[in-house]
Amino acid sequence: MSIELKNITYTYSPGTAYEIHALKDINLNIPDGQFIGVIGHTGSGKSTLIQHLNALIQPTSGTILYNGEDVWEEKYDRRSLRSQVGLVFQYPEHQLFESDVLSDVCFGPMNQGMSREEAEEEAKKALLQVGFKEKNFSKSPFELSGGQKKRVAIAGVLAMNPKILILDEPTAGLDPKGRDEILDQIAELHKVRGITIILVSHSMEDVAKYVERLIVVNHGEIAFDDTPRNVFTHYQELEAMGLAAPQITYIMHALKEKGLDVDPDATTVEEAGKDILRALQEAGSPLLKGGRKDD
Amino acid sequence: MIRDITIGQYYPADSILHRLDPRTKLMGTLIFIISVFLFHTIPGYAVATIFLAALIKISKVPVKFIFKGLKAIFVILIITMLFNIFLTPGEVIWKLGFLKMTKEGISLAVRMAIRLIYLVIGSSLMTLTTTPNQLTDGLERGLRPLNRLHVPVHEISMMMSIALRFIPILLEETDKIMKAQIARGADFEDGNLLQKVKNMVPLLVPLFISAFRRANDLAMAMEARCYHGGEHRTQMKPLCYEKRDHVTYLILAAYLAVAITFRVVGI
Repeated sequence: MSIELKNITYTYSPGTAYEIHALKDINLNIPDGQFIGVIGHTGSGKSTLIQHLNALIQPTSGTILYNGEDVWEEKYDRRSLRSQVGLVFQYPEHQLFESDVLSDVCFGPMNQGMSREEAEEEAKKALLQVGFKEKNFSKSPFELSGGQKKRVAIAGVLAMNPKILILDEPTAGLDPKGRDEILDQIAELHKVRGITIILVSHSMEDVAKYVERLIVVNHGEIAFDDTPRNVFTHYQELEAMGLAAPQITYIMHALKEKGLDVDPDATTVEEAGKDILRALQEAGSPLLKGGRKDD
Repeated sequence: MIRDITIGQYYPADSILHRLDPRTKLMGTLIFIISVFLFHTIPGYAVATIFLAALIKISKVPVKFIFKGLKAIFVILIITMLFNIFLTPGEVIWKLGFLKMTKEGISLAVRMAIRLIYLVIGSSLMTLTTTPNQLTDGLERGLRPLNRLHVPVHEISMMMSIALRFIPILLEETDKIMKAQIARGADFEDGNLLQKVKNMVPLLVPLFISAFRRANDLAMAMEARCYHGGEHRTQMKPLCYEKRDHVTYLILAAYLAVAITFRVVGI
């Protein structure tokens, strides 16, 4: 079970004055069960890239293999592919249309051919999994808050039981608390359901905290494809692309420069915290002896 | 998918026609349309054809683009021609049941077809050489006298420019929502007519909501910048006539004079 992209090129409006090469010769292999992050600045081609993964757009050239089968072959069932590779668009709350939350989430499963009862069961399961309260199931999706709408929309894709879940900036426009909650629930899904997650994000902190593999897209090409830790060691190159490393990486580099023996490539606050304490202990720093009283 | 559709078909080029004042072009189109209805003989149509061909040449717009506009009226054209051919009383040439093909019918149908085609070419030449913004500016200035009759000219032209501005935005939005629903297994292609209409609900509801939300946001943003209607509003690019516009008006007057003479003399 994997998605494989071979020499994918995509051009918008070919042959006109508005021609844009969104993707250039992309090669990518996405095996099962990974938690992958995709970063890139606005217009780098990352949205175009993820729309290729469930055959929403056809590449100008190159092949996409799902489980070894070419998805753009004449007879290939792309609808069944789309129910296995779930894609949650940016601002997914804009796609809600039903009169109540439960019916909206049922839309996907029912398109798969489930009966209303079966669909409702899947919908309820999905809604509870994204942390949506049962008492709100019969509310109109339009009277919910932004974060709740987002949850409903994610559940709408999740209810189709995809094997791969792609989320395009699921936290855009949310407050920090809502953001952490949604990301925690996504991470939980990865653990509980064992599905592959592809998370497109602008926040380096988020990707550093959750993903195990990080793909950096720049000008339609893959600039880096490695663990977050290894990718963020290239923080100067990332900056040249209009991106950055997590803030903690900068702090660690600064500490290292000042002479503290820390690991400059720590990517999360927890990791860095432990490492700083260790380094201070090794250096026998007075800071660890109870602070100001001794001063 | 939908990104490939181009509406408000302005063709950017650098020609005298592009640089003319939109009011001149509007007036020119009006005069051309009048002339097409004034001419009713072969020499007359020849004059109109030469005039139109010269304009197309000057405009630097590829001929292909100009004829694209005709595709849309093709069906209407055929229907009008058939009606004219068979339902005009006169000298019968050919008969099929109750349908009579008459000599007068054919000549009327040909004239009608020429008029319709010239009408479409003439007006699409204007939209191809004028940006939508210029067009509404031109309309606003051109219709200003109607203000005296309490016609809200400024408001109407403002509505027009907003509507035109929203077309590409809504197209993009449609594309996005469509993709999102296809990702959830929606099907916009298969099924009979009734099913197809039903399948549009997941697309249309979010689209309308988004259009209302955008309209609301825009209204708020305009109010926040203290926008209020027409009176004493100045423009960023005020329209003013130049020498080429005066020359064009003279040419247009001459052309109209020819058309009227032809009609009066009966050539």
